[in-house]
Amino acid sequence: MKHRVTLRIGPATFRIGSAWSGPIGELRRLYADYPAPSGGLADFTVRLEPAGLLRRWLRPSIFITGDHGLADAAPMSLAHSLLAAEMGMNLQMALGWRRHLLLHASSVEKDGRVLLMSGESGSGKSTLAAQLGERGWRLMGDEFALIDLAAGAVLPFPRLVSLKNRAIDVIAADVPAARMGPLLEGTAKGDIRHMRPRADAVARMDEGAPPALLLFPRFGHASAIRPMGQGETFMRLTQASTNYVALGEAAFAALGRFVDEVPAMAMDFPSGDEAIAMVERLWEERA
Amino acid sequence: MSALPLVRALRRPESAAAFSPEQWNVLIAMARAERLIGTLALRIGDGAVPGEVRAVLADARLDAEREARQALWEADRAAAALAPLGLRVVLLKGTAYAAAGLKAGAGRFIGDLDILVPRDSMDAVEKHLIAAGWEWVKSDPYDDAYYRQWMHELPPLIHRDRDRMIDVHHTVLPLTARQTPDAEAMIADAVPVSDGLYILSSEDRVCHAVAHMLADGDLAGGLRNLWDIYCLLGEADPAALETRAERHGLLPHVRQARRLADALYGEGRTRLTLWDRIVIARLLARDGWGRETRKGLRFAFYLRSHWLRMPPLMLARHLLTKWRKGYRPA
Repeated sequence: MKHRVTLRIGPATFRIGSAWSGPIGELRRLYADYPAPSGGLADFTVRLEPAGLLRRWLRPSIFITGDHGLADAAPMSLAHSLLAAEMGMNLQMALGWRRHLLLHASSVEKDGRVLLMSGESGSGKSTLAAQLGERGWRLMGDEFALIDLAAGAVLPFPRLVSLKNRAIDVIAADVPAARMGPLLEGTAKGDIRHMRPRADAVARMDEGAPPALLLFPRFGHASAIRPMGQGETFMRLTQASTNYVALGEAAFAALGRFVDEVPAMAMDFPSGDEAIAMVERLWEERA
Repeated sequence: MSALPLVRALRRPESAAAFSPEQWNVLIAMARAERLIGTLALRIGDGAVPGEVRAVLADARLDAEREARQALWEADRAAAALAPLGLRVVLLKGTAYAAAGLKAGAGRFIGDLDILVPRDSMDAVEKHLIAAGWEWVKSDPYDDAYYRQWMHELPPLIHRDRDRMIDVHHTVLPLTARQTPDAEAMIADAVPVSDGLYILSSEDRVCHAVAHMLADGDLAGGLRNLWDIYCLLGEADPAALETRAERHGLLPHVRQARRLADALYGEGRTRLTLWDRIVIARLLARDGWGRETRKGLRFAFYLRSHWLRMPPLMLARHLLTKWRKGYRPA
């Protein structure tokens, strides 16, 4: 395709082609400090194509696809092209990654152990991980946690953090502008702004660590913590995984081991500051 | 850029050993787009390839193994549901190749379960499948009526628990098509593969695959279908195949498929006609990013597929109905 860039995030390398230069320029800027892909071989191809015959120039809109795609994916405005590129990479991971058990969860590391946070969009898992990443934790990923099928370790996937709506101002207050992407207003998920993780989190993107605690955060409720049984945790994680079924027995074994070894809790919280205090407290109790 | 690198790599997998990283990227994107990545992975095997490529191919092999396992389980479930009828349930396409361990099945992507049953048993088959948990997909009354009146199969059914589709065929091509392969003869000569399940004879397997590729459809997925045919030809007796193809009214199609398979996957010694070259141009219409190319040619083959399927007046009525329902070809 006319414009292209190859990016590596943790264990996965993406060859991204675009009909426009805009998204590629944004990606180059925000991913500038990421370790270079080795040799140029990609695991996935991502394509940002015009959504119709004239849509390259006239009210330009992007159809996101690649090795794996959804035929009925809604076209996106060229103004949101960075989001489109990120979604394109996510799509490949969600539908095509087979080398780890993939959990829809954010993850942060401290003292060589990993805290995972799983939950639906809006649960606050992404914002909380981003905040912890600015407060002494290593941000491993805000969207996907990769579980090693044999050893059980969590591997980082530190792509750009996608901040939504109110989270944008909260995080932008702590983070230098050079690490922030453009404000994308009025996307399907509201306002979105991307943030590059701290340099050390990026530099250590090949370094995994064993899981120590799993939380299911829920924003907007009075503070409460509820220990979760292995059965419920297992079922929730099968739903939070995009490749559990595809991996079959290997995923069943890895997930069984995970719930055996990692305590899980549901955590309701009313505000970001309160959540951070709760997490630090839980972490110390576990240590 | 065309899909020639993919065709060459399938023909001579060892030729990929010297590929540059970008050549690998191109090959992998094409193979995924044509749903031939599993086949390619098995063709290349443990050959000398870069570590990153090895990982991609290992993933593809894993997916292919799962495909085959799921497909055989679906076939087993359908056989169990239909066992009380005491029929010959004939597996078609990918599931058949996997069940019989044929070369065409190695690494093959398998979508739906396709079975062939005698036409006079269709009502009973439908009832038994619905009792076993399969449900209708088509909610549109026009589509449903169209299938029942004119097609060679029941409207597709999906299993409510396993979310897998079954296509129940009672003949090979739509009833409106110009050729009328002899489905009864195919069922009569089918060979058993497991409890209550059959596959077509080696000659009928070629005829069936050829009918679908060249006498029906718009050649979408054609490189994969031609690979099937290339593999199946190796198991069919050439003289018996000619006789059988003639009986099904498919002799010109089988002969063309033989030329195409030889040109793309074989020795490339056969003389090609102009029409062969046009079909090949359509088959190779894919670029190094996995994109479809030659939009005009693709659209022409799309129109042709309808032309093959229906007499002109009926086609006009069908397209008008679909257009008014808001359908537009991609």
